[in-house]
Amino acid sequence: MSSALTVCIEQSSPIKLDVRLSCKPGELLALVGPSGSGKSTVLRTIAGLHQPGAARVACGSSLWQDSQSDINLSPQQRRVGMVFQHYALFPHKSVLENVMLAIHDRPRGERRQQALEWLARTNMTGLESRKPAQLSGGQRQRVALARALAREPAVLLLDEPFSAVDQQTRRKLYRELAQLRRDLHVPMLLVTHDISEVQQLADSLCLIHRGRSLQQGDVQQVINAPRNKETAKLLGHQNLIPARVLSKGRDHTVHELESGEQMRGPACDFESGSSVILLVPPTTISIRDTPSEPQGINCLRGTVTDAVGLGDELSVRLHLDTVAKALRFRVPLHVARQRNIHAGVALDVKIRDTDIHAIAAERS
Amino acid sequence: MSPFLVSFKLALWTSLILLPLGLLLGRWLAFSKITCKPWIEAALFLPLILPPTVIGYYLLQLFSPETFTGALSIKLLGSPLVFTFPGLVVASIVVNLPFAVQPIQLAFSSLPLEVREAAWVSGLSPWKTWWHIELPLTWQGLLASVTLVFAHTLGEFGVVLLVGGNIEGVTRTVSIAIYDSVQAFDMQTAGWYSVALLLLSLLALLIVRRSQPSS
Repeated sequence: MSSALTVCIEQSSPIKLDVRLSCKPGELLALVGPSGSGKSTVLRTIAGLHQPGAARVACGSSLWQDSQSDINLSPQQRRVGMVFQHYALFPHKSVLENVMLAIHDRPRGERRQQALEWLARTNMTGLESRKPAQLSGGQRQRVALARALAREPAVLLLDEPFSAVDQQTRRKLYRELAQLRRDLHVPMLLVTHDISEVQQLADSLCLIHRGRSLQQGDVQQVINAPRNKETAKLLGHQNLIPARVLSKGRDHTVHELESGEQMRGPACDFESGSSVILLVPPTTISIRDTPSEPQGINCLRGTVTDAVGLGDELSVRLHLDTVAKALRFRVPLHVARQRNIHAGVALDVKIRDTDIHAIAAERS
Repeated sequence: MSPFLVSFKLALWTSLILLPLGLLLGRWLAFSKITCKPWIEAALFLPLILPPTVIGYYLLQLFSPETFTGALSIKLLGSPLVFTFPGLVVASIVVNLPFAVQPIQLAFSSLPLEVREAAWVSGLSPWKTWWHIELPLTWQGLLASVTLVFAHTLGEFGVVLLVGGNIEGVTRTVSIAIYDSVQAFDMQTAGWYSVALLLLSLLALLIVRRSQPSS
């Protein structure tokens, strides 16, 4: 019977850590944050490879680590399957031996059979006798995954497993992991700093910054509705505009920008008069067809300060005329050509009201 | 006993004792993070730069019956260590310690921590990790260590002369025999011994070079 993983880590040095997270069986939780934020240290603590100042790691009813009651199981006792960033395959062992070594307490024949089955499930059939040096990056990743799963782990830990492979292989591996995880009923933790990877693979997200877990929840919920400005910036949101809650309806809120313009958004928990920051996703911004019309609600005017072609899109930075802020968004290249968008031109944009999210202004 | 046999016996005993000792020390030095490590390394590698006569002098002091160690050896062996084969082995161990430790330390240092951690996470006990992972990945270092110690012991002169003297069949090694032959103007015998040592040293260095991972 699989159990949920709960983790609580506190440490003051060498890096400060204050992390709390939980992961249900079958759930894939992504630990997201910039490099050096402590994501891998969290994973290493769960595996028993790092000893923080104080920690409590529990998998269901079995306590793996508890500083208060002096419990600290060794990595061998924790039943963790871990895929390391650079895979850490045993270079002198064949693919099959690498996986067999993770299977214990069984006769050799049974271990071999089981290892072959795991290799088949990770699409490595036919390469069993090869050494790691004879494999491509993607194949190594598959062996590392097979080895981690062959341990029959209570928790699966994936430490940036896709960082060392090319884009094409990465897409293939995403699909394979997505298929494989349907049958895995254990908590799975994935360390990454790639938000698109998180959106494709994970169920939930825990944002870690400077050793602190800032927010945990459903992936889309956290991305679309970050708790505060710091979280929003870490998740890559760039369009943040200061405002004030003007009025509240049953299903909507009207915000007022510093310049007096009004922005309509979905209902929010803030009281009228509260200072907020409006988070405007780039996908909600569209260019107005009739810029000559008077400015209405959710309409803003600005000057393009930067326009760079990125493939079939133009990345635009629009400095707003009335607020000392800029909006960043993308426009299809053919539209940009049609409208002759380039640095220096004035542009009117409209912001879709359903996806604007208000966050507290004071918690920056 | 011919000088060759004495030398081989000495090299064999030194290698046999230094292999486990070098393995323990070398592995510990490679993985340990204690702050006084540079001091320990400096002390261990001192025989590399100290003149053998200096080491010989201190060993003679250590073996003196007036000291605790000297008294202990008399109690255990029934006689002082000076001018005996066991004394020669002790001296040889001290002199060869860096040759035993350094290749092993280098081999273990080049072992990625992630690979050992992967073994632990895969459920391998420390002993199984050593047997299945560490040993197969560091055996070249162990081979280099044994070969260097064996070859260096065959050619050791200064300490051997000071601690063991020149007792035929007991402490007269090949290098002492060469010195003796030259003193007696028996250049032919000295030549044979020298050629034999030259070839053995060359062979040892070849083995060491071949055992380097890059070759």
